[in-house]
Amino acid sequence: MRSRAEVANMLTVEVNHVVKSFADKVVVNDLSFSVAQGEIFGLIGPNGAGKTTTIRMMMDIIKPDSGDVAILGEKLREATKNKLGYLPEERGLYKKLGVLDSIVYLASLKGVDRHSAEEKADELLKQTGMLPHKGKKIEELSRGIGQIIQFIVSIIHDPKLVVLDEPFAGLDPVNTELLKGMLLDLRNQGKSLILSTHQMNEIEELCDRILMINHGRSVLYGNLDEIKSRYRSNSVLLEFEGELGEVPGLTEKRTHKGYVELALDGNTTPQQVLERLVSRGIVINRFEVATPPLNEIFLRVVGKNHE
Amino acid sequence: MNKTLLILRHEFRHMIRRRGFIIMTIVVPLIVLLLIGVSQLISGIARPTVEAMTIGYVDELGGFQQYTSQGNTTLVRFDTPDDATEALVNGDINEYFVIPSDYISTGVINRYTLEKQLAASPAVTSAINNFLLSNLLAGKVPEATIARIEAPLNLVSTRLTETGAVAPEQGGYGNLIIPFVFGILLALSIIFSSTYLLQGLGEEKENRLIEILLSSVSARQLLTGKVLGIGVAGLVQVAVWAISAPLLLNLASSSIGGFTSAIQLPPNFIVLAVVYFILGYLLFSVISASIGAVSSNSREGQQLIGIFTIPALIPLWFMSLIMFFPDNPIWVVLTIFPLSAPVEVITRLGVSVIPAWQLVASIAVLVLTIIGVLLLTIRIFRTYLLMYGKRPGIGEVLRSLRSG
Repeated sequence: MRSRAEVANMLTVEVNHVVKSFADKVVVNDLSFSVAQGEIFGLIGPNGAGKTTTIRMMMDIIKPDSGDVAILGEKLREATKNKLGYLPEERGLYKKLGVLDSIVYLASLKGVDRHSAEEKADELLKQTGMLPHKGKKIEELSRGIGQIIQFIVSIIHDPKLVVLDEPFAGLDPVNTELLKGMLLDLRNQGKSLILSTHQMNEIEELCDRILMINHGRSVLYGNLDEIKSRYRSNSVLLEFEGELGEVPGLTEKRTHKGYVELALDGNTTPQQVLERLVSRGIVINRFEVATPPLNEIFLRVVGKNHE
Repeated sequence: MNKTLLILRHEFRHMIRRRGFIIMTIVVPLIVLLLIGVSQLISGIARPTVEAMTIGYVDELGGFQQYTSQGNTTLVRFDTPDDATEALVNGDINEYFVIPSDYISTGVINRYTLEKQLAASPAVTSAINNFLLSNLLAGKVPEATIARIEAPLNLVSTRLTETGAVAPEQGGYGNLIIPFVFGILLALSIIFSSTYLLQGLGEEKENRLIEILLSSVSARQLLTGKVLGIGVAGLVQVAVWAISAPLLLNLASSSIGGFTSAIQLPPNFIVLAVVYFILGYLLFSVISASIGAVSSNSREGQQLIGIFTIPALIPLWFMSLIMFFPDNPIWVVLTIFPLSAPVEVITRLGVSVIPAWQLVASIAVLVLTIIGVLLLTIRIFRTYLLMYGKRPGIGEVLRSLRSG
């Protein structure tokens, strides 16, 4: 999976030492990161960490105080904007305008002509199951459906980079799954996606790499699998049938609902534990090397200088 | 297509489909026309009622027998007030008056009527007046002199140019009507358009659509497209009014009276009207855009814009003063002050000639103000557009102008 970014080896976003402050409050403080082609990049952190401000600087909606941003290899120009898709955090469209008209108008501002915009809109509305809403006015739609329409707006012009700010907020489980599937499709087509969220666990399964920020500073940055293994507590989760008995190499055995967590001592690997259990003839339903959820990693990282 | 044009087209279409815009375009000329008609009727400039009247009189002095037909009014003599009262109650006459025996020394005429009214109507007064005058003078002066004494002054004014030739434009009430009506419409259209611009920006700001737009186009493209799109819609509105006005006035002239034949437009009126509409609209739209940028929602923005639209309306409030005192220096100030200039110039055109230097100064100040506000707007637009929920203080705006 990691190799996809390496093969493409082209950076769609390069942010270098960006600083932004509002009224003497530093919101983004010396932030640097890059996003490669064909990857899903998670921009995560708690509320008020500076995620949205970072995105707005990337989109050229506001200017950084210092530092610079390159999109698709250059400073953002009007022509580059046509290759960007953006779903802002809080959303809305022209209430009185029809769904199709809204999509076609906003697509035209991205350089898509009316005919192809209508064709693509039909295709995407069909794919998302939103075709029945095509003729409605925006004000008649529910929040979640409006959000899907806006997602369509952000990808209809076939952008190379799509930035989605809190894309799952307000979506029901069905639409959440639908959106996740579409995001993976886009990545497989070689697009870069940036997902910004404070609900870190929600996007864990999607992201290839992440940047975790807190108080405008980068606290964790890199490949998600690597980060997770770096923060792996040396323990395994086990679901089994029968008597466990004494297992050598453990420092602690914590019983949870339906499973036990076995903490290993420094000299024992999960592989050795598994061999010992199997050799005793214990029926194992689940054996998992425990990786902490992003939430927990975040708490551990910022815990040092929190409060 | 150019993105500015796309925004222009979108805003134009959005605007002309609005219910408010359609109602304004169609209803306003009708209301203005109705107001003119009503004021014409009330002020009596319109043709007086041609209803025939019968007025009784009792001649206690004696000698009032002739001239009993005065226009549409017929005078009928009664011997005693009781006879006249009976005829009045029976509806044979509309009213009657008594010429007392001491009339020559007092001039008092007692009038009796069933109507509740403040005073006798002009038609009745002039009929009685002429009846008395004719009878008093009968036999003492020639007939023609009687007619002149009844109406000694029939004033015909002619305006001459400096060279002594007859001026092409002659002034008068007829000239006043179009500029005044146009002044009102101009003010309405400018205020309506700029309010809409403000509302649109407020809406886009509240629902964050502005972020999607700015991730597609630049702030300059967005502002230019919006201002021009709504401006073109405003011009269309004014054009509809301008085209429909003569038609409606002609239609109305048959019922209201022939006053429209007296209408003459000042020679440079059309050119100045177009110039001042465009400049006035541009000024108010750039002001709206800057207010839209700094205010946190459209309601707050509309309160702020009120400060700027009031000066635009001042010339309308002072219309009657402009009419009677056209040379007061205060009008020069209002002509040059950019916020009031568009409406002031248009209304003044109907009353007097505006010296060329004042027009030049007024247009120059307007253009400079527009450029100044535009530069200021572009500077603060990006800075404050995204500061949701918090309006910057004036000091903060000034600071950002210096640093930006």
